[in-house]
Amino acid sequence: MSSLATEAAAPPAPAPTPPRPRRRRFPTVPWLLLSASILILGVLTGYPVVRMLIMSFQEYERAQVMGMPADWVGLDNYVAVLTDSGFWAVLGRSIVFMVVAVTLTMVLGTLIALLMMRLGKKMRLLVAVGLLLAWSMPPLSSTTIWGWIFDTEYGLVNNLLTRVTGDRWFGHSWLLDPLGFFTILTFIIVWGAIPFVAFTMYAGLSQIPGEVLEAAQLDGAGAFARFRLVMLPYVRTIVTVLIVLSMIWDLKVFPQVYALQDIGGDREKTNTIGVYIYQMGMGQGHFGTASAIAFVFVAIMLLLSVYYVRRTIKEEEL
Amino acid sequence: MNRARTADLEPAAPPRRPEAVPTAGTKIRRSPARRVKEAGWGLVAILVFAVFVFPVYWMLNTSFLPNNRIRGEEISFFPTPDVFTLDNYRSAMFSEERAPFGPAVLNSISATFITLVVCLVIGFVASIALTRFTFKGRRTFIILILVIQMIPGEAMIISLYRIIDGWALINTIIGLSLVYVAGVLPFTIWTLRGFVAGVPKELEEAAMVDGCSPAGAFWRVTFPLLAPGLVATGIFAFINAWNDFVLALVIMQRPDTMTLTLWLRTFLMVTQATNWGAVMAAAVLVAIPAVIFFLIVQGRMSGGLVAGAVKG
Repeated sequence: MSSLATEAAAPPAPAPTPPRPRRRRFPTVPWLLLSASILILGVLTGYPVVRMLIMSFQEYERAQVMGMPADWVGLDNYVAVLTDSGFWAVLGRSIVFMVVAVTLTMVLGTLIALLMMRLGKKMRLLVAVGLLLAWSMPPLSSTTIWGWIFDTEYGLVNNLLTRVTGDRWFGHSWLLDPLGFFTILTFIIVWGAIPFVAFTMYAGLSQIPGEVLEAAQLDGAGAFARFRLVMLPYVRTIVTVLIVLSMIWDLKVFPQVYALQDIGGDREKTNTIGVYIYQMGMGQGHFGTASAIAFVFVAIMLLLSVYYVRRTIKEEEL
Repeated sequence: MNRARTADLEPAAPPRRPEAVPTAGTKIRRSPARRVKEAGWGLVAILVFAVFVFPVYWMLNTSFLPNNRIRGEEISFFPTPDVFTLDNYRSAMFSEERAPFGPAVLNSISATFITLVVCLVIGFVASIALTRFTFKGRRTFIILILVIQMIPGEAMIISLYRIIDGWALINTIIGLSLVYVAGVLPFTIWTLRGFVAGVPKELEEAAMVDGCSPAGAFWRVTFPLLAPGLVATGIFAFINAWNDFVLALVIMQRPDTMTLTLWLRTFLMVTQATNWGAVMAAAVLVAIPAVIFFLIVQGRMSGGLVAGAVKG
C-alpha cells in the first residue's frame, strides 16, 4: 500500500518526497495492479484463442479427448469446412438473417426515436417504459414467451387466426418450416434489440440544436428531407456504431436459436453459425473442425468491429 | 474529421428567406389541427407501448392461469379472481418430474455473485492502473481490452470447454465462474476506467495539500465518488452472468449443476405437449432479478454511446 502511495505521488507532485532514482525503473505498481487481469485474460481468453488455433490444425475428435495424441493435419480442417456446402448454407443463412434483423431493428428503432421526439412528456414516458421492459427481458425468457405465442396447439396466434379466418389453425406448426422459424426468430431478436437502438437514437437526435431544425423547416424542408439532410448527418457516427454493434450481436445469436429449436425447429435447417459450432464440437465431437469454423467466425467478427474499435479509440483520445 | 464533414452537409446554414414571416404566423392558428395531430401521435405511442409490453403481459397472464384456461380454444386475457392460480409457480418450483429449482437458483446465485465480486475487485484495481498512472504499454493494454470484447464467446466454447475440462472443473461453480469472469472482465475494466477517469485528479491533490497521504486521498476522496460507478458496473456483471446460457450449457452438464437458464430450457424439451403455464412461471422467475437490476442501471446503457458522438 505504501509503495502505491509513493508511486501515485510521483507524477503530479514531485515536491514532497524526492524519489529521483525511480524515474528510469520499470513501472512496477501499475503492472502489479494489472497482473490479476492479465493473468485471467491471458489464461481464459488468450490461451483459448491459441488453443482454438492449434486444434483447428489437428485431427481432434472424441478419441483425442480421451487421451489419444492429436495428429497435425495442416489445413485439412479448413479445406473440409470451406468445401462443405453445409457450412456455406449455415454462413449464408446467418448473414441473411443478420441483414434482415439489423435492417428492421435500425429502421423501426429510428422511427420510434423520431416518434419519441414528437411526443409530450407523458406519452414519451409510456413508450420508454414499454421499451425498457422488452429490453430487460433475459433472452431465454423472451424466447419462451414468443414460442408460446406461436405455439402449435393453443398458441395465441393460432387461436386468433382461427377466430378471424374461420379456418381451424390449431395444430399448425410455425416453427417446423425454416422460413416460419426465422420469422419468429426475427420477432424475438428485433423486439429485444429495438429498445437499445431507439434510446440511443433518441439521445442522439435530441442533442441536435432546435434552431437548426427550425431553420430547415422555415426553408420549407418536409419531414423526410429534414430527417435525411439535417438529422442524419448529425447522428451519422451513432448510426454507424449502432449498425456495427447490431451486426455483431445478430450474427452471434445463440440462446434464441437453440431454445427455439428445442421448442420445435428442424436443427439441420435452422442452425446459425454459433449453434453450428456447438453442434459440430460439443454435439458430434469434431473439435478440430469446430475450431476451424470458430476461427473463421472470430475473423469475421474482428473484421466487422474494426470500425467500432477505431472510432472508440479516437473518441476516447487514447 | 467526421464531425467537420457533418457540419458541411448541414443545409441549415443558407440565409433565411422572407417567407419566414408567414410560416411563423401558422404557429398561432394551428391549435385545432394540431390537437388532432397530437392525438394521432399519442395513438401511435400507445400502439408502440402495446407491442413492446404485450409479450411480457402475456407471459404474466399465462403464468397465473389454470391449465384448462391455457390449453383451450378460448382465449383468457386476464386471470380473473375466479381462475387466478399460483399452481404454475408451484409446479415449476416443486414438481418432482423436473430438474430441481432450488439447486439451480443456488448455482446461478453463486456463479453470478463470484463473477460480480471478482470482476469488481480485479477490474477496479486495473482501472486505477490505467487512469492514475502513465506507463509504457498502457495504451496497448486499453486497446487490447477493447478488441477482446469483440471476440464472441460463442466461438470460444470449444476451446474453453477443453481447457476447463483439462483442469477437471467441468460441472463446478468455480469453472463456470472463471469463464464468466473472463467474459465480463474486459467490459468491467473498460467501464470502471471511464468512471475513475471522471473523478479529477485535482480533488486528490487538494486533499494531499490538506495533509492526506496519496493513498488516503484516494480512499477518502475518490473512492466514495466512485460508488455509483461500482454499483452500475457490478449490475452489468450481474446481468451478464445471470442471463448467460451458452457457457453454462457447455460447462454445466449434470442436472444438479444446472443454472437457472438451463433449468428453464428443460421445460421446453420435456414433452411434446408443453405445460406452458409452468414454462411461463419459470420464465417469470428467471426474468425477475434481471429486470429489477436492469431497470436500476438502464440510464447508463446507451448514454455512453452518445456522449461525445454528437457535437455540433
